Amino acid sequence: MSKPLPVVDYLKIPEKGEPYLEGYRCKKCGATYLGERNVCSKCFARDEMEVIRLSDKGTLHSFAIVYRSFPGIDVPYVSAIVDLEGGGTIKGNLINIEPDPDKIKFSMPVKVTFGDALGRKDKEGNSYLSYFFEPI
Amino acid sequence: MSDVYVMGVDMIKFGRFPDRSVPNIGAEAALMALDDAGLGIQDMQALYCGNLGQASGMVGQRILQEIGQTGMPVVNVANACATGATAFREAWMSIKAGMYDVVLAVGVEQMGKGLLGGAGTGDGIPKEGLLGSGTMPCVFAEAGMEHAKEYGTTFEQFAKISVKNHHHSTMNPKAMYQIETPLDDVMNAEMISYPNTKLMCSVNVDGSAAAVLVSEKKARELGMARAVKVRASAMASDPYTDRDLVMPDVNACTRLAAKDAYEQAGIGPEDVNLVELHDCFATAEMLHYENLGLCKDGEAGKMIDEGHVELGGKVPVNVSGGLLSKGHPLGATGIANIYEICTHLRGEAGKRQVEGAKIGMTHVIGLGTACGIHILEKTS
Repeated sequence: MSKPLPVVDYLKIPEKGEPYLEGYRCKKCGATYLGERNVCSKCFARDEMEVIRLSDKGTLHSFAIVYRSFPGIDVPYVSAIVDLEGGGTIKGNLINIEPDPDKIKFSMPVKVTFGDALGRKDKEGNSYLSYFFEPI
Repeated sequence: MSDVYVMGVDMIKFGRFPDRSVPNIGAEAALMALDDAGLGIQDMQALYCGNLGQASGMVGQRILQEIGQTGMPVVNVANACATGATAFREAWMSIKAGMYDVVLAVGVEQMGKGLLGGAGTGDGIPKEGLLGSGTMPCVFAEAGMEHAKEYGTTFEQFAKISVKNHHHSTMNPKAMYQIETPLDDVMNAEMISYPNTKLMCSVNVDGSAAAVLVSEKKARELGMARAVKVRASAMASDPYTDRDLVMPDVNACTRLAAKDAYEQAGIGPEDVNLVELHDCFATAEMLHYENLGLCKDGEAGKMIDEGHVELGGKVPVNVSGGLLSKGHPLGATGIANIYEICTHLRGEAGKRQVEGAKIGMTHVIGLGTACGIHILEKTS
């Protein structure tokens, strides 16, 4: 079976070792971005970006529980905004938790985990590796 | 620079018109606004037309093909949900610049039913429901939950906003719906994205609104009796914030535009008698009480609990019924809310009239992000 493809270009799958998320950080002001870029939209510095490995730990900043989505998408699920340790904010599904507002706590620690993209395949039949958040 | 006045303004009753064309719907409001101003299309020096769904379809010119092809310059604008406000602002700016004395602004939209946002697939596989949700009810639920995190705002408080706006719309014959929705009904309606239930989501409708803007010279010539002065026209895009790559920031953008608008008008939030703001979801309205300075940060929940934002309250918000019940035809919304404010300032709002209204404010947010704010003042 062929190797899965990354669900987004900032998810990196190295030959050896674990997958991780990659960020770009401005050396002038510290702003952290997802995906490659050359100019900082916070301080406008050019060519000051460094590639960094984003943390796999963070805290839950905000969330919503999605009950109505597009046809074919399983609901309910938790759409979550997570602030990563050391910078960077990402959005994804919070899994392994009951989709109940009383069970989901703001600022709760979560880890970034990697797994198959819910069985979704592209037109060529390729599998994808996605990231998820799980309570620690 | 000349002051700018709204001389004519109107909107059609929002609804669903699948058998009509976008220009045809826009033309109706254009004619109504011209009638309201006592002018004809031949008096207009330019047209600024806002529409999103057919942004490359030359909607402004096609409106003129229905109501009068004078050869005037036409500019078509698209700016997400700030589209109508952007068309109005471009019209305002053309008079400010001294180019014209009489111009027309039209906003129009024909919408489908169902969820907006999040459907794009791009390369690879669909990300919806895999990397969270990009649907609008979810995006604005996340923005509301940020407020809940900070201040403990509750589901019930968000729901009360929807009760209020639906109540207001029972007094607005041009609203899509005129139906009371008690708190239980709102909270027990189908959950779309917690904490937004179906009754806490704006209604997708077709609609149009239009305004005739004139210079002070022209206003004096035509008569000031029903003219409304534009005290401020402000627009901002989203400044950098730490999370805006994954969480469109409707707060920073609104605060920037509001600051500019208050400075232009030389007034403060305490001088505003009524506000039409962008309640695309109940969670969104809560944020804008603070963003627009109607209360201090953290006091938005109190504003709805204590009735300050109801008709009869300190600063009534969305007495038209808002996007939640009047409906939200994206490109028309930014001019429809100007119509609402002008109607109050003219003392013509009937049962929902905000008594003694002298100054009103309109606000729209288009994700991506654009914020448009106008401050309007009664003249006589």
